[in-house]
Amino acid sequence: MPELKFTKEHEWIKINDGVAIIGISDFAQEQLGDIVSIELPKPGGVFRQGQTMAIVDSVKASSDIYAPISGEIIEVNEGLIEKPEMINQSPYDLGWIAKIKPSNMEEFDGLMTKEKYDRYIGEIK
Amino acid sequence: MRTPFYDIHKSLGAKIVNFYGWEMPLQYSGIMDEHVNVRTNVGLFDVSHMGRFEIKGQQSLACLQKLVTNDLEKLADHQALYSPMCYEDGGIVDDIIAYRLAHDRYIVVVNASNRSKDFEWISNHSKSAHVEDISDRTGLLAIQGPRASDLLQRLVETDLQSVKPFHIVDANIDGIECMISRTGYTGEDGFELFFDSSRIEIWAKLMQYDKIFGIKPTGLGARDTLRLEAGLMLYGKDMDENTTPLEVPLKWTISFGKKQEFIGKKVLSNSHPSRKLVGFEVLEKRRIAREGNKVLMKGMKVGFVTSGSFSPTLRKSIGFCFVPIEVLQDQSIHIDIGGKHYEAKTTSTRFYKRK
Repeated sequence: MPELKFTKEHEWIKINDGVAIIGISDFAQEQLGDIVSIELPKPGGVFRQGQTMAIVDSVKASSDIYAPISGEIIEVNEGLIEKPEMINQSPYDLGWIAKIKPSNMEEFDGLMTKEKYDRYIGEIK
Repeated sequence: MRTPFYDIHKSLGAKIVNFYGWEMPLQYSGIMDEHVNVRTNVGLFDVSHMGRFEIKGQQSLACLQKLVTNDLEKLADHQALYSPMCYEDGGIVDDIIAYRLAHDRYIVVVNASNRSKDFEWISNHSKSAHVEDISDRTGLLAIQGPRASDLLQRLVETDLQSVKPFHIVDANIDGIECMISRTGYTGEDGFELFFDSSRIEIWAKLMQYDKIFGIKPTGLGARDTLRLEAGLMLYGKDMDENTTPLEVPLKWTISFGKKQEFIGKKVLSNSHPSRKLVGFEVLEKRRIAREGNKVLMKGMKVGFVTSGSFSPTLRKSIGFCFVPIEVLQDQSIHIDIGGKHYEAKTTSTRFYKRK
């Protein structure tokens, strides 16, 4: 199992064969409530770490999704356009948002481990 | 501030939000689930945060008639009427429901956000009547949805068939004295219950039928999406002191004819608004338009969104926005969401009508 890491803005990321898969955490989906639409980035788009790469709308509010690491988008989860609720139902699996080709692996090392993230959300809860 | 039902909301695991100083339930099971349940079964809402004033005395009607734009003269006992109250310049103080209990006794229900402002305004203009804020000693619950009537009938002897929309009766809900009005804010059939604020067991009495009627606690989140679909405006978003009833679809609530005087009449009679509130629907699925988003035509800003949300019933982005008065229905507009322009069209403000 590749290691799951987290950002302070509640994105998760894991690296599989040199490709980073990105989504939002279970805590984030629960805070947002029912997700009803998503604006996905275009494949080929290049993002720096921390840049807005997608926007999700829940019934109540819009939220930016930030690139957890820098890189080029190589694939997005098109299925979310018709079924954005997959992010609520399966945030770590079917609700993945994008795949990125990382341009700087050191950024990944700097992110929070699962253990650290759990402590972090324990503090802000 | 907390309503008498706060501990119940907490124990049900509701997500609590601050609503104009009130700690209110935003959602229990989820906005979508609660919304759909009100459209198909019945929802239970704590609306005890709303302001309730009692107006008593022989001059009650005369005082209220001066304050509201609609004509209360036409009410019989146990009847209610919706109306804006305006300032002299036509701006809206609040929108209220006035219930006539007797010729010398009325109850006025106002928005939670305006409670103290309204009490002052009404008191100052009703010197010859007795105005009392009874909000703290009464509780207010709403039950809304197609099964509301069948559920409530299990608990009251009064034949609810005889309680028509915008009527109010005295009743006894399984031992609890209360007033039941056939009013609401969801676009569904339903009731609002007024009772002594100590009788919080009324919640459990209504909820005991959850298996039979599918009643579910419903929070402010679904209340907002329900009222939006039903074309009901919200004070503070779709109208305020800088908006007149002529600019929002409330012309029907202004009694220019028979009624002699009311605050704001002079200005409203001579007013020719340059903008109006209309409904809109975003045609692209990717984003939801929100309050404050700019409305554009031919690249120029022509108005703004006052309320915007995802519609759980229609499954698209809907809302209300101001546009120039000459804009028609079904006209193409764009809405600026986060700097990008999304295609939308103007619609009626009424997105949902119950069958």
